[in-house]
This record gives sequence, C-alpha cells and structure tokens, in this order.
Amino acid sequence: NHKVSASNNVSLREFGCEQNLLSRPDGSASFVQGDTSVMAGVYGPAEVKVSKEIYDRATLEVLLQPKVGPAGVREQSQEQCVRETCEAALLLSLHPRSSLTLILQVLHDDGSLLSCCLNAACMALMDAGLSMSCLFCGVTCAIGADGDIIADPTAAQEKESRALMTFAIDSTERRVMMSSTKGSFSVQELQECVAVSQKASEKVFQFYRDSVRRRYSKNL
Amino acid sequence: CDIDILKEKIGEVLLPGDEFVFESEDTIFLTDNVKPERPVCGPGLRQSGNRLVVSKSGVLRHKPPHTFWMDSQQWRYVPAKAETVIGIVTSKSGDIFKVDVGGSEQASLSYLAFEGATKRNRPNVQVGDLVFAQFTVANKDMEPELVCIDGSGRANGMGVFGGGGLLLKVSLGLVRRLLAPQSDIRSDLEQLFPCELVVGMNGRIWVRASTIQQTLIISNLLQSCDTLTAPQRREQFRKLQKGGL
Repeated sequence: NHKVSASNNVSLREFGCEQNLLSRPDGSASFVQGDTSVMAGVYGPAEVKVSKEIYDRATLEVLLQPKVGPAGVREQSQEQCVRETCEAALLLSLHPRSSLTLILQVLHDDGSLLSCCLNAACMALMDAGLSMSCLFCGVTCAIGADGDIIADPTAAQEKESRALMTFAIDSTERRVMMSSTKGSFSVQELQECVAVSQKASEKVFQFYRDSVRRRYSKNL
Repeated sequence: CDIDILKEKIGEVLLPGDEFVFESEDTIFLTDNVKPERPVCGPGLRQSGNRLVVSKSGVLRHKPPHTFWMDSQQWRYVPAKAETVIGIVTSKSGDIFKVDVGGSEQASLSYLAFEGATKRNRPNVQVGDLVFAQFTVANKDMEPELVCIDGSGRANGMGVFGGGGLLLKVSLGLVRRLLAPQSDIRSDLEQLFPCELVVGMNGRIWVRASTIQQTLIISNLLQSCDTLTAPQRREQFRKLQKGGL
C-alpha cells in the first residue's frame, strides 16, 4: 500500500543553474537542487591518445570528484552511469578519433546527487556546443518506510528510505535511458517511480529551456 | 507551406531534440509552377527524411529563401572546408609543416602551398610562426589540410605574419560577428585608434596597434565583447574615446 502525493503534482526542490561560468573549459555549467550542488566542465572535441581512440566515434571520459577525499569505487560506478547516458544522447559519430572529457565536481551533497550530476552534465554539454540528438535529465525517487514515493529526496530522506532509484529520462519521448537502483522494492513500485520520474522530468526540461532562453536573451 | 512552421520560430531559442515535421506531398501536380520548398540546413540542424531536428542549443537564424541554421555560443573550433584560420606552426618534417589550429588534431601545410614557392625556393617558415591559411580538406574522417594560396595561386592576404602583435583566443560567435558584412564592433573599433587585425575563424585574433598600450587596450576590449551586451559595449568604447583608461 503506497501513496503518491494527493495532488497530481510532483514536488521538487528549487532548481538553480548557470552556464559558461568557467573560463578554461569549452563548456561549463553548475546545477543546484535544493542544497545539492554540482559543477560540470566539458573539454572537446580534442586530441586523443592513440591507445584510447575509436575509429568511428568520439571517446567520452567522465570524471567525478567528490567534495572530500579522492574518488573511489562509488564514484566510478556513478561515472559509468553518467557516461552511458551521455553516450546515448550525444552524436559521437560526428567526431571520430577525438576525445570528449566531462569533469563533475561535487560542491555539496544533500541527496539526489546522481540526478544533479546528470543535470549538470547535460547543461554543460549543451554549453560546449556539442551536437546532441536529445536532452536528458536525472530524477531520483526514494521509497519511504511506509511506502510513499518521494521525488528529489534530501540526504535525510534518502537515509530513511528502504529503496532509492535514479532514472535518466530523455527529452523527446520521455523514456528511461539509464536506471540505478538500491534497496528492495516491488515491480509495481518500480513502475510507479518511473511514472513519477517522467512527470518530474517535464519540470526539469522546462527549466532547461528557461535557463537557455535567459542566457541568450542578453545577446539578442 | 511547411517551411512556415520553421519561419515562425526564427529568432527563438531552441534546444537539441526539438523537431519539425514536414508533411510529404504524395501527389505531384503537373500544372503546378510552385515546387515544394525544402529547407537547407546549416550548422546545428540535422535533416532525416521529412524530419528536421535541432542538434545544438541557440537562436534559429534564417537567410532567404530557405536557409536555416542555429546561432550558438561555442569556444572549441571544428575545422570546416574553405574557412580561413590562424594557425601556429608546431613542427617541420620533410615537406610538410604541422599546424595547430585549435581543433582535435593538427593540420598539415605543405611547403609548396605558398605564393611563389618551388622546390628550390622554400618559404621562410619557422616553428612557432603564425600563419593565416585556408582549409582545402576538412572533414571528420581525414587529417585537415591547409594552404596559403587561393585557387589561382596568389596569396591573397594569407601566409606567415606576426611580428610585434598579440594573439588572443575569443569565442567563435565573436569572430563571426567581427567578420559579418555590417559589423557594429568593427565600425566602433575603427573609430578608436588605427590598428591591424587578423581574424581567424577558429576563434583566434591577432592585434597590432602603434603602441603596446593601445594593443593591450584593444585586446582587452575584444575579450570583454564576449560578455558585454551591445549597449554596455558602446559605453566602454565611448569611455575610451574620451581618453579615460
């Protein structure tokens, strides 16, 4: 027995985003969800080492730096999730034998970190002017002890949940591109979380559009 | 007509994944003078069958009759044929110079691709020199190739240059605005002080004015043009013209 919020609206924390804030990378963005904040920098298409080059597409490398301490195995698995999502959305075949590097720096983690990383990554890739077939966004859902689904949970809510899921949703058909789950849940709960994430992704994509519009408005 | 769907969006900000679908015409009327208009896609737009998809975020621009492209802000250059760029010579090996143009690989420049160059009369190009050249080969599968002569064998402004000036890196959008036919920035600059400018489409600009101070002023101005709006820029130029530094 579970309940999703009574109104049909999914409540997310307040978003914040800024593009082109770093001077060295070719594209950069910072994304804030509540208190969780991630900064992303993109370099590319640039030279690639012959050992890493792929003959018909670009080589994408993702590096995730936590706020404290060196990157460990957990960061490596998060990097893989982000990399798989980006590879599905980018048109990599336009830049064979080149390298694309995406660097994510965690500024503060108050829950929903992986989805914040995905959102920062998408805005940074757009800022760098890399060709993409669609946009993507990340949404995290937590299933509480009494079965209710919380979208965009804080760190405290994540700690008390019995399952935690992050989905990457694409902008054209709202399908799931990547999923990363932890904990125990039923098939029905999984499907409900997917539905909640798809609904939440509408707000995120509208926020992307408003951010990019604001960015280009001063040059128009 | 279907192109009108696109024309409505001119000047609007679009994101990757935004799609425009054209209805295909099944019947062709032999008596019709009007052919169905097909849009010509420039950078940032991709066409597959009767679908047009945006692949870069930016503002949709239009040039009549039916050319459309996305005007986006970008820093990293991707070589394209027939574009003139400023390159830095990085090595000389045999008959070919390797030139860094800021792309994903270095371009090659043959020593014979200079005006008046023969096997006996080699051009005076050293490692570290700046060259203004044009791409003859630039696609995603092959190594880019540069030449310093045009189709008829004349230099036409291209070749080695560079004593006494300053090389800067700016965004590709600023370079396109400088090279546009009626450029506000260029006309504002002309009223400041006389200077020599070489503008490469890879985002590199070389500046030389009569004194080092003037060179630095112009280079700072150009770099700040990326972040200033048009009124703010004109304010800066006006302050400089009045003599304040």
